Amino acid sequence: MMTERTIGRLSAAAIGRQPPLRLGARRPSGPPRARRLPVERQWPSWLIVLVQVLAFVLVIAAWEAAAYIGMVDAFFWSRPSQIWQTLTVFFTEGDAFVDIAYTFRATIMGFALGTLLGSLLGLSFWWSRNYAAIVQPFVICFESIPKLALAPLIILIFGMGLSSKVAIATALTLVVSTLTTYAGVRAVDPDGERLFYSLGATRWQVFRKLIVPAVLPWTISVLRVNIGLALTGSIVGEFIASQHGLGRTILYAGQTYEISLVWVAVLVLSSLSIAMYVGVSWLERWLRRDLVR
Amino acid sequence: MTAVTKLELKDVTTTFATPTGPFQALAPVSFSLEEGRFVSLIGPSGCGKSTLFNIVAGLQPPSGGAVLIDGEDATGTIGRVGYMLQKDLLLSWRTVLDNVILGMEIRGVSRKEARGRAEPYLRRYGLGGFEHQYPRSLSGGMRQRAALLRTLLVDTDIILLDEPFGALDAQTKGHMQEWLMRIWTEFRKTVVFVTHDIEEALFLSDEVYVMATRPGRVVEHLTVDFPRPRHRGLVTEPGFVALKQHCLSLLAEPGDTALVA
Ligand SMILES: Nc1ncnc2c1ncn2[C@@H]1O[C@H](COP(=O)(O)OP(=O)(O)O)[C@@H](O)[C@H]1O
Ligand SMILES: [Mg+2]
Repeated sequence: MMTERTIGRLSAAAIGRQPPLRLGARRPSGPPRARRLPVERQWPSWLIVLVQVLAFVLVIAAWEAAAYIGMVDAFFWSRPSQIWQTLTVFFTEGDAFVDIAYTFRATIMGFALGTLLGSLLGLSFWWSRNYAAIVQPFVICFESIPKLALAPLIILIFGMGLSSKVAIATALTLVVSTLTTYAGVRAVDPDGERLFYSLGATRWQVFRKLIVPAVLPWTISVLRVNIGLALTGSIVGEFIASQHGLGRTILYAGQTYEISLVWVAVLVLSSLSIAMYVGVSWLERWLRRDLVR
Repeated sequence: MTAVTKLELKDVTTTFATPTGPFQALAPVSFSLEEGRFVSLIGPSGCGKSTLFNIVAGLQPPSGGAVLIDGEDATGTIGRVGYMLQKDLLLSWRTVLDNVILGMEIRGVSRKEARGRAEPYLRRYGLGGFEHQYPRSLSGGMRQRAALLRTLLVDTDIILLDEPFGALDAQTKGHMQEWLMRIWTEFRKTVVFVTHDIEEALFLSDEVYVMATRPGRVVEHLTVDFPRPRHRGLVTEPGFVALKQHCLSLLAEPGDTALVA
């Protein structure tokens, strides 16, 4: 140790007072403290679920109790027991199924239309670079408009009925699909096209056998984003002007201070959203398995 | 033995427009290939080997000169030669079998018939049992086999192979070379083979064209007439070693003579 340090100092002096590079020479205080890799013990999944259920029950119970002793104003916040009551009434006597079906239909139609048209538009850019260059700025412009700001206009044009909700949902999903699909088109390896052409392929063959299958995963990847966007679009449409739908129920209940109904509608809407999300995830998995691989 | 000229390049040149001005990738390159030969192009990277292939395959117009196939002008026509690009380019959504039939399918053979035709080859050339797998489950060597079969099963007399074994480890490469020899003996196509491995070129070929860079041009044409079938041991024989030394000295930059000695 001693000699090493001496040598280190000597050579440092020799090369112009640079600090010695040897680590051992700079740390005289023995080896570093031995540390173990920090590992968190994983709980069994039943314990996780138990804690989750307990937390949920606790929050609900606390809410009910706070409303009971007047710590929370039940007029503005409502209370769990009342919400439950409203929920049963909504489903047994109210328009629950009409509203759910209305919102669901508008969302699914907008989702399908927007995704389909957007993907076709994105794919169409492959056919001509000039056409793509001309159209691109317009797509970007349309993308930068907050589509929801156009909602009142769309309602005016398409009327109070279902078609206006579908139109808003379509507008929201269309651009995302277009841009994602076009990004997919540009990501196709140009050498893949060269391979096809070297085999004497026509443009149509390249499109069908290379571009479409290569871009499909990109299109599929936007499905889950789009279902959320479509739901947002149809609800905003219902907020502005509608005779049915969960969005309209929320707005109406809020305006008449039926806070428990607001909660019920939000609850049902969330369930619908989750159901559609799960449905689309299945669709995605099925498409990936059977079409993409 | 009357040799028929299969592929002929007449003063093919290429100039690329680059931001820093025109760049001559190929000075006039001419050669002619006889039917059924195995011919290699070797040269430093950037000497225009891939560019030359692209021109022969009709994927890129030359700035000047002509490509003749069977004596006809074939400049700028696609689908006349089988071309295996530097990457294997297997389509991830198609099974190995469906990848291999791609060329036939594009040329209008029905999928069913093409599959029927390809299956025996897959089995015979080491892809048996993998027909219905997807490319991602194949090893590097297997992928190259599939890509090569895809190229060979197209009804063209000429095939261009651009560094097909460049990315393989030495042992796999050895196997693949023997595999390629077997296939070539059976298909009897005219093969143009690009590699930067001198030993590989000499071991496989009847003729070797040595290229140089800036601008890309042919500097030497060697005939390699070791008898076939060739065995691994050939690479240590004095005749072979001498040829290899000669190629090395042709490829060496003026500065690194030490490498040759
Ligand atoms: N499209 C292009 N534009 C400009 N330069 C190119 C282009 N394609 C190739 N080159 C240049 O031409 C030369 C030859 O390229 P390439 O044929 O790929 O060489 P090799 O296959 O022999 O390594 C290289 O210097 C490369 O940079
Ligand atoms: Mg190359």
